[in-house]
Amino acid sequence: MSDTILDDNASSLSIPTDIARHMLDLDEDDDLEVFSKETTEGSSFNASMPTSPGSMINQYKFEEEEEDIDTKDIFVLVDNPESHVTAIETYITYRVVTKTTRSEFDSSEFEVRRRYQDFLWLKTRLEEANPTLIVHPLPEKFVMKGMVERFNEDFLEKRRRALNRFLNRIADHPIFSSTEDFKIFLTADVGALTSHKKLGPGFLSRMGESVRGLAATVRGVRNRPEEFTAMQEYVEAFGQKISSVDKVTQRIVREQKEYLEDLKECAPTYTLWSNSEEELAEPLRGMASCLERCYQETEEQVKELNDNLNPTLHEYVLCTETLKTVLRRRDNIQAEFEAKTEALLAKHADRESDSKVLSLAWDNLVGRSPEEAKQQKQQKLEGEIMEIREDLNKMEDRLELANNALKSDWTRWKKVMRTDLRSAFMDTAEKNVNCYEKCLAVWESFLLSQRTDAEGTQVSDSS
Amino acid sequence: MADSGSEDIAVIGNTDLTPSESENNLKNTMVEKGTNLLKRMEINVAEAEKRTGKNAVNMQETYTVYLVETRAVDATSEGTTPVPDSLWRRYSEFELLRNYLLVTYPFLVVPPLPEKRAEFVWHKLSADNMDPDFVERRRVGLENFLLRVALHPVLSNDKIFYSFLTEENGWKENAFETGFQAMADSRLKALNATFRVKNADKRFADMKHYGDELQSVISQLLRVRARAADRLYGVYKVHANYGRVFSEWSAIEKEMGDGLQSAGHHMDAYAASVDDILEEEEHYADQLKEYLFYADALRAVCRKHELTQYELEMAAQDLTSKKQQQEELATGTVRTFSLKGMTSKLFGQETPEQREAKLKMLETQIEEGEELVKERNTECEEFVKSAWVDIERFKEQKDHDLREALISYAIMQISMCKKGIQVWNNAKECFSKM
Repeated sequence: MSDTILDDNASSLSIPTDIARHMLDLDEDDDLEVFSKETTEGSSFNASMPTSPGSMINQYKFEEEEEDIDTKDIFVLVDNPESHVTAIETYITYRVVTKTTRSEFDSSEFEVRRRYQDFLWLKTRLEEANPTLIVHPLPEKFVMKGMVERFNEDFLEKRRRALNRFLNRIADHPIFSSTEDFKIFLTADVGALTSHKKLGPGFLSRMGESVRGLAATVRGVRNRPEEFTAMQEYVEAFGQKISSVDKVTQRIVREQKEYLEDLKECAPTYTLWSNSEEELAEPLRGMASCLERCYQETEEQVKELNDNLNPTLHEYVLCTETLKTVLRRRDNIQAEFEAKTEALLAKHADRESDSKVLSLAWDNLVGRSPEEAKQQKQQKLEGEIMEIREDLNKMEDRLELANNALKSDWTRWKKVMRTDLRSAFMDTAEKNVNCYEKCLAVWESFLLSQRTDAEGTQVSDSS
Repeated sequence: MADSGSEDIAVIGNTDLTPSESENNLKNTMVEKGTNLLKRMEINVAEAEKRTGKNAVNMQETYTVYLVETRAVDATSEGTTPVPDSLWRRYSEFELLRNYLLVTYPFLVVPPLPEKRAEFVWHKLSADNMDPDFVERRRVGLENFLLRVALHPVLSNDKIFYSFLTEENGWKENAFETGFQAMADSRLKALNATFRVKNADKRFADMKHYGDELQSVISQLLRVRARAADRLYGVYKVHANYGRVFSEWSAIEKEMGDGLQSAGHHMDAYAASVDDILEEEEHYADQLKEYLFYADALRAVCRKHELTQYELEMAAQDLTSKKQQQEELATGTVRTFSLKGMTSKLFGQETPEQREAKLKMLETQIEEGEELVKERNTECEEFVKSAWVDIERFKEQKDHDLREALISYAIMQISMCKKGIQVWNNAKECFSKM
């Protein structure tokens, strides 16, 4: 087993775990600056995507019905982590099982093995193709603290669940689940996947986009529509709140674990005591057994917090970053559009004004008549204006598309968030109730045994 | 030993005792005369107050006094409840009373006082003697002490105890007049006896051992319990943060807002509920503590037995050696090595007159020695008898009290679980409305 996990991103080397957080942000920036070619160009990787914004909008309207369990026609499951050892590295793969009735799939059942970097690839692709749609977060690349063995069971199970949730969210999403990338992820063998990965936009073109995007960010957007500002404010506040809830939950888990440590010592002490007693021996042993049971139940309760509520909250903390990124991307698209609009206006202004002085002088020098020069210039300007207009139209479409995509997906996301958090909290409350109910039963039966015992001895006393 | 205990023992059946009490006194003829004090009198420690005054070295000090109230039982049966008699006592006066009882009734397991300083504290409680919670718990402990003494078949008849309850100013003089302080055994003497005694009653040795174990295990339990209580407190209190955050969060949500807000309230209620729970836990701890200190009293009785037995053995041993000396002197043979023998061999024999004188002296000494041995033997026997009676009484009391304590602990746990179920069910409902 090698010591470093050469995982995922090409840019990641053996990074010490304490700056893993930092690593995560870096990833996000990568995603941020990447703009795919406009969807209207009809990328061959999104074969099932309609090309006009109009029909896109229509598709979003069908979201509500598509989320019905009854109409759900694809089921995915991530399970069965396995370790693979090669000369260079050790890594984990997970089994991905698909069951579907969709016609675009060749068969109705698939089973493949995927590793974390494959999931990351899928996520990146979906984001690139849909910059203003919200992709559910992946579990973090590196584990923060407390990892002694590299692949301990707890960590693997947590990660498996998170990957499973991620993939299911993708499958539930009307746009994402119908992408070619998703299909290939679910069905292709390792070789096919590798070659498909290579067909993506190259690193350099991403760089180019990245630079353009950066420029736009620097410029900032002028006339952001109110609803997107409201979204941004919400995301800020939500991020804070969900982060706090996450921290509180983690704190509770910590305190509960310490409580369990101390509780553990109580039962044996009662047992020890019972060894010195005669009459009291039985009730003392009873106490010891009650405390042991309560310990076990509380342990389970903490596990539930740790395994369910904690990861869910954590994912929504990550979601906040995703949302911020998506809003930024939308802003950038608008900024680019605004920049282009200004360029057009500038050209128009150029056309109207006739600044002759310097150009006339030049024209004389090159032997052109004023009339000719003027005409040539006008023609050139007209040409430029036409070009800009065309670009502008495309950009306008692009912006409208991005805005609508975001608006719809926003509604969708809020709904999913609400459902997720509601059930996570309800499950936690339910588990707490269960724990208390079981402890209650234990103490009640102890009480009963003591009372009947006492009555028994009283009876024999007074006889 | 001027033992006021023996006065109270009469070989008569006592009709004032309840059937269970006579049963508890087992199969002995030494039934204590006089009913316990509580049949005639109500006792409670009603209040505590801070006082300042000058202490023995003329320095200002702050101390707490406790109001001891007494009222005759039959007074209430006339329909009117007269005002109780009352007086103020400091903790040190309680200590004095107990010391008196310890010395005067060494064969009894004397009820303990509540702790002088707060031990086994966890962060919520302070170790400060002036802290109102500590003072309150001490008040309860002092009342408990008085009630236990008043319930004891022998101790409740003690005049000094009665004086403590009723005479504000005279009781200390009365106590000192008994000369009990002089009668106290030195710790060193007792320790010496423990090591050197040869034939201590096995039952007492076992009891002492039990006392050791009890003390050790209860100490451990109190420590462990205090830590666990501290942690549990933390767990509950952290939930209050949920309350705060949910409330803030609900402000930015439309559909989720109401559910979050009301769930938050339940989280606050949950966090607050731990205060009551832990108060009851403290009460349980106090019950354990009483028996922790009782273990000490039990051991004291066993040590006293060892002392009386040792003194008997010493007297017997002394008598034996004196008899031997007499024999040697009479027959002229030196059977055992003695310095006297050696010196007389070296420096010449004594005159017949000297020998006569010596023999005469030895005779007197032997007579006295025999008296002493008889006395001590009786003492020892009587001690064993009455001590064992009280030990049996103590055992029954302990078994009963501790079982009750365990039962009330279970009841407290049940109540805690029920509250928890209620809160989380409510929270679940609120969440479902999110």
